[in-house]
Amino acid sequence: MARLSSPEELEKFRQEAISMRDPARLCVSVCAGSGCVATGAGEVIAALGAELRKQGLEGEVDLKRTGCHGFCEKGPIVVIAPEEICYLEVTPEDIPEIVSATLKEGRVVERLLYVDPSTGERVTREADIPFYKHQERLVFGANRTIAPESIEDYLAIAGYQALAKALFEMTPEQVIAEVKEAHLRGRGGGGFPAGVKWEVAREAPGEPKYVVVNCDEGDPGAYMDRSLMEGNPYRVLEGLMIGAYAIGAHEGYIYIRQEYPLAVENLCGAMKRAEEHGLLGKNVLGSGFDFHVKLHRGAGAFVCGEETALLMSLEGKAGEPRARPPYPAVRGLWAKPTCINNVETWANVPLIINQGARAFTSIGTEGSKGTKIFSLVGKINNTGLVEIPMGMTLRDIIYKIGGGIPGGKKFKALQTGGPSGGCIPEELLDLEVGFDELTQAGSMMGSGGMIVMDEDTCMVDVARYFIHFLTDESCGKCLPCREGLRQMHKILSNITEGRGKESDIELLEELSETAAEASLCALGKTAPNPFRSTLRYFKGEYEAHIKEKRCPALYCKELISYYIDPEKCQACGRCLRECPAEAIDGGKKMIHIVDQEKCTKCGSCLEVCPPRFSAVRKISGEPVPPPIPEDQRAIVRKSKKQ
Amino acid sequence: MDNARIDRIIESHGGEASSLIQVLLEIQGENRWLPREALKRVSDRLQVPLSRIQHIATFYKTFSLSPRGRHEVHICMGTACHVRGATRVLDAVQDLIGIGPGDTDLNLRFSLDTVNCLGCCALGPVMKVNGKTHGKLSPAEAVEVLKSYE
Repeated sequence: MARLSSPEELEKFRQEAISMRDPARLCVSVCAGSGCVATGAGEVIAALGAELRKQGLEGEVDLKRTGCHGFCEKGPIVVIAPEEICYLEVTPEDIPEIVSATLKEGRVVERLLYVDPSTGERVTREADIPFYKHQERLVFGANRTIAPESIEDYLAIAGYQALAKALFEMTPEQVIAEVKEAHLRGRGGGGFPAGVKWEVAREAPGEPKYVVVNCDEGDPGAYMDRSLMEGNPYRVLEGLMIGAYAIGAHEGYIYIRQEYPLAVENLCGAMKRAEEHGLLGKNVLGSGFDFHVKLHRGAGAFVCGEETALLMSLEGKAGEPRARPPYPAVRGLWAKPTCINNVETWANVPLIINQGARAFTSIGTEGSKGTKIFSLVGKINNTGLVEIPMGMTLRDIIYKIGGGIPGGKKFKALQTGGPSGGCIPEELLDLEVGFDELTQAGSMMGSGGMIVMDEDTCMVDVARYFIHFLTDESCGKCLPCREGLRQMHKILSNITEGRGKESDIELLEELSETAAEASLCALGKTAPNPFRSTLRYFKGEYEAHIKEKRCPALYCKELISYYIDPEKCQACGRCLRECPAEAIDGGKKMIHIVDQEKCTKCGSCLEVCPPRFSAVRKISGEPVPPPIPEDQRAIVRKSKKQ
Repeated sequence: MDNARIDRIIESHGGEASSLIQVLLEIQGENRWLPREALKRVSDRLQVPLSRIQHIATFYKTFSLSPRGRHEVHICMGTACHVRGATRVLDAVQDLIGIGPGDTDLNLRFSLDTVNCLGCCALGPVMKVNGKTHGKLSPAEAVEVLKSYE
């Protein structure tokens, strides 16, 4: 492949790429994001290849391995163009039928379609599935149409048009002005205006300057950056290069978690192809602009998501944050001006340059423009990645897109912002999503994790969980975070284990204040948020744990007991067989009893107890009823008495 | 791991001290742990004091300074897995293989680690064994999966 050396050549190449594509041609796309691969997308793709050969369709039907489609709950996902027939939870056994019925005869395989649980109707087209219908997929939508290994796919959907426009039609100042006007705020969580950051970096003295992609997505429960990077690495690269051109940088770094091997692989491939096509490296598109990018794999440290720690890590050191200011835009990597943005922020840039700031700002709220990708996970029916316009209410996200809470359970809280964020209770579900709105509610946007919690989730345990996470991930540089969090974790553990004292809450508040005030970086400063927000909205749960030694959610192991209701037990023996601790006593036609001394509270008995009996239940805050006497344990079956 | 291989890795990164983490990642990737001799070699070649290499090797979670078991078990402790019962999966696995997170058993059969999110949140609770992801696990299912690894 000869390098493209002008915008005209790029355009010509794009037209060729488009003309090679027949929009009416059958194309089977299989989602090959990490989620679907884990549920067997690899096997599905292999089976498809073999079946197409077997049924003589090889060469007549395209087979495409794309990035994440977002509806991870229902993977592996197979979409057949041009009609966009969407099959969910596909297994290799389904493939022969898909090929013979749909590809050969144009018939839809009904049983693989999405069934709307509320109406029972089957949905054929991907875009009509409620999960997708209410989304606005400006950034993430391209994932499902391109194969990460095909730069032609990306070009066919107007890829690199924004870069060509920036390099040939705009000055760096104009690019910055456009991004500023679009009011693009950092998608990594901070929400700092990207255009302002770029301007500072451009004007800061010192050469060379650097641009950095932060793909150290460490927030537990968030994976949109990984999916963007896996599915559409070109777009991130394009955004990065536009930013580099704007601030005057010729070198960039992409910092990516090593826990994301597929993202690393796809990005490496994309970089290689972009370079071969003259879209990266020396003299990009013949514009005279040089840009080189290096990949840096993170080695497993949550704190490296913090920008100054990330830069330390890029320099080959331990990722310990330093005080700001000076901000990295002034003094960053190797003490030079460095502009560091999150994956999603960079991926928004081509959109702004292509469509202009006005179109971008037409979506969103007063303070937050454009869309945001969230990973909607936890106790929710439709788990997956959702891209919504800023300003959508949390209720719409959970119920319209997410399809509500599984198992008829009651919603309790929505956790956003990862370990730095907080929990939002039901009364605030009509809150509109935006950076400032979420902060006001005591949480934050964060990088986009949205974890739904139902009535079975204990909020004290959630606070303990996050503080434990942060204690583990604290780099140890400054004391309020290193020691303060450790103490907070001890106290919260005591509370969840039934050793809480009345004075604990006050002490926790004091430690929170110190950590928030005196920590060096955002990790420590925001660490108390999970505790503070749960206390703010769920104080009753703390009190129940401390005063009554009761866990209202029946979650905390030390505060609950498993008990078999003698009225309901039918001696089916399932719990008896499943119990790993041999803590259940019973026999044929004999009411089963849990030996509380032996019970490890693993919950297996509750899980296997048939719902029609529901004899096993959890008890908290009250003594377990004494086991019934031996002579009353025989079961007399009413139905068989007749 | 012989010195010649370590030297090649170092050369592929241009022999720069700033590439230390990348070099260690590659050694760990191939050898599955970082022997002291390897660290000494890296120290000599990159001109980085061994104490700083120890700092890096203990700061970042990926690195291991002791040999690993034949099967690497990672249990996801991310929030989505946590609310879906990851703790109970971890408890069951610990009971089965008799070691806690961060440990390797004496027969070098298993190494157990917890991770803070594998990004497969739709499949929680998730356990990864030798790179293969097992999702939507109950404690009993996790135990069954591990029994198949010798």
